[in-house]
Amino acid sequence: MRIGIPREPNPEQTLVAGTPDSVKKLIKLGYEIVVESGAGARASYFDEAYAEAGAKIVSREEAWGADIVVCLDTPPEAELALIKRGATLIARMNPGANPEVIEKFEEMGITALAMDMVPRLSRSQSLDVRSSMANVGGYRAVIEAANVFGRLFTGQVTAAGKMPPAHVYVIGVGVAGLAAIGTANSMGAEVSATDVRADVADQVESLGATFVEIPVKQESSDGYAKALDEDEQARVLKVYEDQAAVNDIVITTAQVPGRPAPLLLTEAAVAAMKPGSVIVDMGASPLGGNCALSKPGEVIVTDNGVTIIGYTDLPGRLPGQASQLYGQNIVNFFKLTTPDKDGELVLDENDEVIRGVTVTLDGKGMWPPPAVSVSAAPKKEEAPAEAAPVEEPKEKSAFAKWWWKVLAVLLGAVVVMLAPPSMTSHFVVLELAIVVGFYVIGGVSHTLHTPLMSVTNAVSGIIIVGAILLISSSNIVVTILAFIAMAVASINIFGGFLVTHRMLKMFERSSD
Amino acid sequence: MNSTILDALAHFESLAYLVAALLFILALAGLSKQKTAQRGNFFGIAGMVLALVAVILVTLVSSTQPVGPVVGFMAAAIVIGAIIGIWRAKTVQMTAMPQLVAMLHSFVGAAAVLVAFGSFFTTPGHLTGGAENAFHMAETGLAVFIGAVTFTGSIIAYLKLAARISGKPLTLPGRNILNLIMVIASIALIVWFANTEGVDAGLVPLVILTVISLVLGLHLVMAIGGGDMPVVISMLNSYSGWAAAMVGLTLGNDLLIITGALVGSSGAYLSYIMCQGMNRSFVSVILGGFGSTPAASSGSGATQGGEHTETTPEEVAEMLRNAKSVVVTPGYGMAVAQAQFPVADLTRKLIERGVDVKFGIHPVAGRMPGHMNVLLAEAKVPYDAVYEMDEINDDFGDVDVVLVIGANDTVNPSAATEPGSPIAGMPVLHVWEAGKVIVSKRKMGSAGYSGVDNPLFYNENTDMLLGDAKDSVDAIIAAL
Repeated sequence: MRIGIPREPNPEQTLVAGTPDSVKKLIKLGYEIVVESGAGARASYFDEAYAEAGAKIVSREEAWGADIVVCLDTPPEAELALIKRGATLIARMNPGANPEVIEKFEEMGITALAMDMVPRLSRSQSLDVRSSMANVGGYRAVIEAANVFGRLFTGQVTAAGKMPPAHVYVIGVGVAGLAAIGTANSMGAEVSATDVRADVADQVESLGATFVEIPVKQESSDGYAKALDEDEQARVLKVYEDQAAVNDIVITTAQVPGRPAPLLLTEAAVAAMKPGSVIVDMGASPLGGNCALSKPGEVIVTDNGVTIIGYTDLPGRLPGQASQLYGQNIVNFFKLTTPDKDGELVLDENDEVIRGVTVTLDGKGMWPPPAVSVSAAPKKEEAPAEAAPVEEPKEKSAFAKWWWKVLAVLLGAVVVMLAPPSMTSHFVVLELAIVVGFYVIGGVSHTLHTPLMSVTNAVSGIIIVGAILLISSSNIVVTILAFIAMAVASINIFGGFLVTHRMLKMFERSSD
Repeated sequence: MNSTILDALAHFESLAYLVAALLFILALAGLSKQKTAQRGNFFGIAGMVLALVAVILVTLVSSTQPVGPVVGFMAAAIVIGAIIGIWRAKTVQMTAMPQLVAMLHSFVGAAAVLVAFGSFFTTPGHLTGGAENAFHMAETGLAVFIGAVTFTGSIIAYLKLAARISGKPLTLPGRNILNLIMVIASIALIVWFANTEGVDAGLVPLVILTVISLVLGLHLVMAIGGGDMPVVISMLNSYSGWAAAMVGLTLGNDLLIITGALVGSSGAYLSYIMCQGMNRSFVSVILGGFGSTPAASSGSGATQGGEHTETTPEEVAEMLRNAKSVVVTPGYGMAVAQAQFPVADLTRKLIERGVDVKFGIHPVAGRMPGHMNVLLAEAKVPYDAVYEMDEINDDFGDVDVVLVIGANDTVNPSAATEPGSPIAGMPVLHVWEAGKVIVSKRKMGSAGYSGVDNPLFYNENTDMLLGDAKDSVDAIIAAL
């Protein structure tokens, strides 16, 4: 089949849906690729590079007239008219908020696949364009903030005095938030972050930032944060306000596709901020942003000297990389839907990832898809904030996960209860040591499995203690048994430690 | 003997045990990170020295026997053990590490059995002892049971790894029932043994128990295929710890209990990690018989004996010279052929030419957890060029040439594509996504340990380089 990659009709869209690299990979999957002349120019991918990758450079009409059209966003009427009946359109469509486009697609008799509707499963992460765009967006948010912030990010002590580090506060630790944390941290800022999901605290700390607790606990069951009730909302807003007042730069990342972004920073919060502070509102949209004062697409400065950045095209400000990521997401989607690598698109509607993105199939309305049970019952009225994809929870019931632990605990208790009083303490020691053993090697580096085993081997040579305790027995048989046991255990002790030492020395050398 | 001295000694003993136990914990914890590993090993040695000094001192002071001969005995035993141990540790080839580790496990098992017997002879059952005595006897029985299973199990593992016997799983009909009967019989014997009076009466069930346990250990490991050896090794490691812990309970010695339990539970955890690497349940590995089910004949993937393309070292050298990125995926075959040094050499040559060379290591490549890493470290392959399967699996599409050296099941696409395959669902290295795959293999027609045919070999973009891996790689280097 022929895939068309047109030039984006929106003059402000700098991205392109395919790069020379992704084109090469699509060709490997058996597709024929046509690229509209100048399609990638705004992202610095020129026609020659596409041609070299094996694509055919064609006119606007021909690109839109391909069997499959891949672009960034739902195209306007003029371009839709160029798409032929029975073709497939792949783009970000936000069908939840735009029911009229679904009708339009039905009318046109095409198959429409919304790349922004990929369910958040581990398996589908590689084709989730929202994640990949959020990632570069988070990076760019920090860069934009640094650009207008009148100070340095990194603290220094110089002959001319001390420069304090910038304090950056990130609200919402999804993909974008994590990217922002990492970027700000690497630039030398003191970074803190907040999310309603307390379980992301580890991720925040792993990036070198401080997690700011908020008095609402939420566990994510579907990969997104959920809406809060009013009382919770008030408490949370208070935390944001307090933090905004003590930080120099606040980056908000909460977004809900098709709905106004949740309000995180009130007018009062902005008023309380220091002059010269910067807010980057990644949730800014015509429907409203995370900050009460932000204007979509604009940078404004408030009366108290706070700069509010409301750019809605942060990924578009990194067109080269963002296009490459989008293109790779598209390639991964085709990998999933081209099982035989023969250039034939196969939409298996039993696959929940494919079903999830299907808006119309050959002109038949398919929206909305049945809820994907990522885990427990999906909540209605959920407000998915921009959030990190969580690991796909295993489909294990609580029972399956816990029965052996419960059994182990019960067994341990029974043994301690039944043991004669003089032995109870030994069993207590035994059980404690078992638990310690589990924890102590948790997270062992896989390169060290062998040395770890040989050292535990040497350590099990401790059985020699038993032999020594018996060797001075008056019974000659016992002495002989103990003698042999001692010799054998000594082999373990000396051999085990020495061979471990030998191996570790090799590892040391190889890591130099 | 002055009672205050004895008191002080008892306190010293407890303190020494506590410190030794802590040092062992630090040793294991240290061994989980590259940076602290060497320090961990020294902690282990320090703990052992401390424990030995304490226990020897206590034994000598409280001994009713003349001190001279006892010291002589102990010194002789330790010296004999030390000589053998040091000799083995100094001379062992890194490729033979799995065998050595298995052998060492068997020693712990043997020592546990011997000590348990010794303990039985010193304090045989006496029915007036009540529950306490029965518990003590049961512990002795358990120590013998676990020790004996570890002993023969490890010896079989050793023989399989050293290729003294076939690595194929021995699958007797009804082997699970057989195992179950042996376990139940052992429990019954332990109960019987716990209720005996005196050495003579107790010896009968204890000897029968020993024999059954020895057979059980032998049979258990005989039934497990060579491909599952990483799990078996760490499982036996765990068993040897439990044996030590049981002996500790028998003798009422806390240091033995703590150390044994530490080794036992950490070994169990390691086995669990290994099982996850193969996407198999622990139970199914222990019950054995991997590869006993015939390879799925349905589906196009299992083209038994399809057409393969052969290549020469010169062609491979040419291909590598022109490649931008190369990934090497070694397997057990590299260890067998001792090919890690030429492979490292080849890697250095290619890096000098500006080729991007990486290593992709499957978690269960080789016959022991971490086996490949040890070999590559020995050959001084730069550490940062070695990647885990998960780190590298998504990148094979961008790789020009993959060099598969003596790996088979870990690169078998049917694990991903054929639900009927015995290795279905096992995570594998997606080497087939690369531009070109070169498989260095001794000969065609010998399947991996799972016994499953590998459709990779018949792929269009796969070339086979048949012959001994070391000779092949040497020839490639010469051609470069």
